Amino acid sequence: MTPGTLFLVAVLGLMALVLVYLYRVLEGPTVFDRILGLSGFGTKTTIVLLLAGAMYERLDMFVDLALAYALLSFVGSLAAARYFERGGQHR
Amino acid sequence: MSDALVAVLLGLLLILAVGAVRAADLLVAAITLGVYGFVMALTWAAIGAVDVSFTETVVGAGATTVFFLAALLRTSRRRSAAPGRLRLGALLLVTAVGTLLVVTLHALPPLGDLAAAPSVHVSPRYLEGTRPETGTPNAVTAVVADYRGYDTLMETVVIFTAGLAGWLLLTREP
Repeated sequence: MTPGTLFLVAVLGLMALVLVYLYRVLEGPTVFDRILGLSGFGTKTTIVLLLAGAMYERLDMFVDLALAYALLSFVGSLAAARYFERGGQHR
Repeated sequence: MSDALVAVLLGLLLILAVGAVRAADLLVAAITLGVYGFVMALTWAAIGAVDVSFTETVVGAGATTVFFLAALLRTSRRRSAAPGRLRLGALLLVTAVGTLLVVTLHALPPLGDLAAAPSVHVSPRYLEGTRPETGTPNAVTAVVADYRGYDTLMETVVIFTAGLAGWLLLTREP
């Protein structure tokens, strides 16, 4: 198995995992499930980005992108947490 | 590999967009749009547009989600009008525009075509001039911050003014 095939299989596996998170985001049932789906989605796609970078052999650029991606997916969860802390309605 | 990946990502985008529009709860719609921004960024990365992907991550997935949540905190999560009623005129208009776009698709040059008009007209000038004229290794940065510097400056003024207005509105206690 060449590294390229290995990366491709890894990307496809991670995309299959992403679908599970997508189901949680779209179906809920509670808002907290959706927020967890959002942050889980962020971690999986960060790794997909790095693998894509390794496949395109431009890893240096994709590392920056993956870092920004990881930071901002954290910011999204943080903003949702602040929303409830500041008294946003739970349902 | 990228064609299959892009197809999967575009399918995800479609599902997420429909999910965001159909959500009865605006908080759910905001979170779904956050995921939409991430998938969009991934799509840009998959077709090799890393700089656009960067912007999409920061603006589409990061800032927009935070702004939506800040707006929802000060208003309501409920929709004012009940969604679901199909407007025939709007459906016809959207279908017509969509058909027009698909029909004219064949006129676009293929992705990465070196003989296409954008690749032969001004791009070589910028790609060759970037390093000696601006000293920046990234051609996109050189165009945005140097070759069209005044344009970017005025854009920044607009964004700054809008940000200031938004900040003043959000920090005012009712």
